[in-house]
Amino acid sequence: MSATTLTPGSTNLLARRLPRWAPYAIAVVSAMIAYLVIYVAGQLRGGIAMTVVAAVVVFLILLGLTSRVVEGPRAARNRIATTTIYAAFALAALPLIYLVKTLIGNGLDRFDATFFNNSMRDITPFDSGGGAYHAIFGTLEQAGIATLITVPLGVACAIYIVEYGKGRLASIIRFFVDVMTGIPSIVAGLFILAFWVAIVSPIFNDGRPGFSGFAAALALSVLMLPTITRASEEMLRLVPVALREGAYALGIPKWKTIVKIVLPTAGAGIVTGIMLAIARACGETAPVLLVAGGTDSINRNPFQGNQESLATFVYDQARLATKFGAPRAWTAALTLVIIVLALTIAAKLLARRSKLR
Amino acid sequence: MSEPTFAGFAEVATTSAEPTARPDEPTDGSTRHDIDGSATGPPGGEPGQPVPPLGGGGALPRRRRWSLETAFRGLTSGAGLAVLAIIVAIAVFLIVKAIPALNANHANFLTFKNWFPGDNPPVFGIAALAFGTVVTSFIALLIAVPIAICIALCLTHYAPPRVGSVLGFAIDILAAVPSIVYGLWGRDYLVQPVSGLSAWLHTYFGWIPIFGSDGPYGKSIMLGSIVLSIMILPILTALIREVFAQTPTMNEEAALALGATKWEMIRTAVLPFGRPGIIAATILGLGRALGETMALALTLGSTFTISADLLGNGGNTIAANIANNFGEADQIGRGALIASGLVLFAITLVVNVSARAIIYRRREFQVSAA
Repeated sequence: MSATTLTPGSTNLLARRLPRWAPYAIAVVSAMIAYLVIYVAGQLRGGIAMTVVAAVVVFLILLGLTSRVVEGPRAARNRIATTTIYAAFALAALPLIYLVKTLIGNGLDRFDATFFNNSMRDITPFDSGGGAYHAIFGTLEQAGIATLITVPLGVACAIYIVEYGKGRLASIIRFFVDVMTGIPSIVAGLFILAFWVAIVSPIFNDGRPGFSGFAAALALSVLMLPTITRASEEMLRLVPVALREGAYALGIPKWKTIVKIVLPTAGAGIVTGIMLAIARACGETAPVLLVAGGTDSINRNPFQGNQESLATFVYDQARLATKFGAPRAWTAALTLVIIVLALTIAAKLLARRSKLR
Repeated sequence: MSEPTFAGFAEVATTSAEPTARPDEPTDGSTRHDIDGSATGPPGGEPGQPVPPLGGGGALPRRRRWSLETAFRGLTSGAGLAVLAIIVAIAVFLIVKAIPALNANHANFLTFKNWFPGDNPPVFGIAALAFGTVVTSFIALLIAVPIAICIALCLTHYAPPRVGSVLGFAIDILAAVPSIVYGLWGRDYLVQPVSGLSAWLHTYFGWIPIFGSDGPYGKSIMLGSIVLSIMILPILTALIREVFAQTPTMNEEAALALGATKWEMIRTAVLPFGRPGIIAATILGLGRALGETMALALTLGSTFTISADLLGNGGNTIAANIANNFGEADQIGRGALIASGLVLFAITLVVNVSARAIIYRRREFQVSAA
């Protein structure tokens, strides 16, 4: 056993620590250094953003060095990791806050009665008026039809996977539902374009391919189906087995047990999943762009004629070369975000009230 | 309760309550009898089989060939099969519609860089588009994944729990913001800052080919990738946060009890546990980035070039090209766009299948569907 010589400092059971004020002092010093380098010495091309970045880098180096000298390498690494993590958090929060700020700031410009009560019919690119009534109507109608198609199909599919499916087929279906969540929205749009608009719709439309709101609803259904199925599946799995067994013991057939006992128990969770899927569908642009055609007028009939949606309205107005397009695009974007967020927040709040989990 | 037991029990319960007609099912006598004891036998059962004596369960209702149970089972099975049918149908219809355009194409679809389906003869190829798709997604992930890991750590292990859950809620909400909004914002408000960044990168790192362009800077691969990374950040964060939150507390406490600092605890307990989850989330994020349309349609320069330079005007992706050119496309043009969509479908299918395979191998993660 080697003789250990204890230095006076290490007889203390507590390791040496930097004083609490040290990080703040180092922060001030590094801000000053960054300011001197960038504004006084004129290095690195300047700018506020550059100054902040430089200050953070200098802070990391100084803090690491001081901590290494005083507290040792392990504590130094810990401090550097902590700072990096908080810095990354701030770095990510800034653009997202900026996005929200510009969205609200620009969106409120045209957030008026004209916008919500008028379509773009007879509004040229050089007119300031016009509104998105036709687009809002289109979005709600398309999402509504898609919901009507997807909810029974998605929930039934989840019931199959959880309750009836056995063996290989069930696991294959489950796997492909997962894979289907990753299908790009534009591919769903192309699919409906190739399948419905080009091949099926001419049958009802005197042989001419017809863009329609219903085609958009079909494309949205392809995107909503896996989301709803996955959410319902997860909820059905959470339903306690004892509830089912109780029902079976009373002689209730399996299908009735599912309809009357399992589904109501999982209800809130399934509705949450459905609302999240609707929220996502409302914001989809690409598939609607491909199969609904787009129009400036109000078209309430989903089966006949082109339809607009809020998302495609944003895209159309954003691409206008005149100065009147952008305000309409931003207001439509704000409206879209409000619809989507209202659905999302309602869904999340509902999820908290769920009996399961 | 273990799954097989439950399944077996359910089967018994079903049979006794409302028996379904399944000729190949082993019969147990009890369900074969009518109330009055006469043998009904399963359909297709051998005639002349000795009738078992009346016994327990003899009062059960008659076995029916068709019941609500079979109908319901058939309905749900049909819904399950519909998913497979849709995926197959997507591939079939895209191929059917792409073939005429591909036959009319006078250039090699896979290696030609330009996109002139309206010309006579039509020439188009996806080389530049596929390159742009892969590069923008790759850079976006390169930026977003490390930041997402840091935010997820911050939310689960650094921030006070109350703050963490509120911010997590906010991030879940941001993940729902439509991509067209990110695109509009990126085009109107990020061009200036990204141009500044590009100029800075060119000044100090211009000797690296990827920062070779000396301007003018505008709608570039850099801008598109940055918008894309901001867009997929909330989704990645939400997925990774869920994985980190599932780290066994036991492991974390054990690391801390051995004297580890917080960072050492994260490095030895949290990150190794979360690694497959992070990989899966990254691949899911990649799938999303590859298929992203609107944000890139508004922020890329829509040129058909393949170059190592990221800063100069230009860049295009398969999805953005479809959105931008669809309006003006004729019959051949649409077929050409559908053909490019088929390639995108194939790429994302491969990416998603591999992500799911990773998740399925490590079932302790329940990375929810994003």
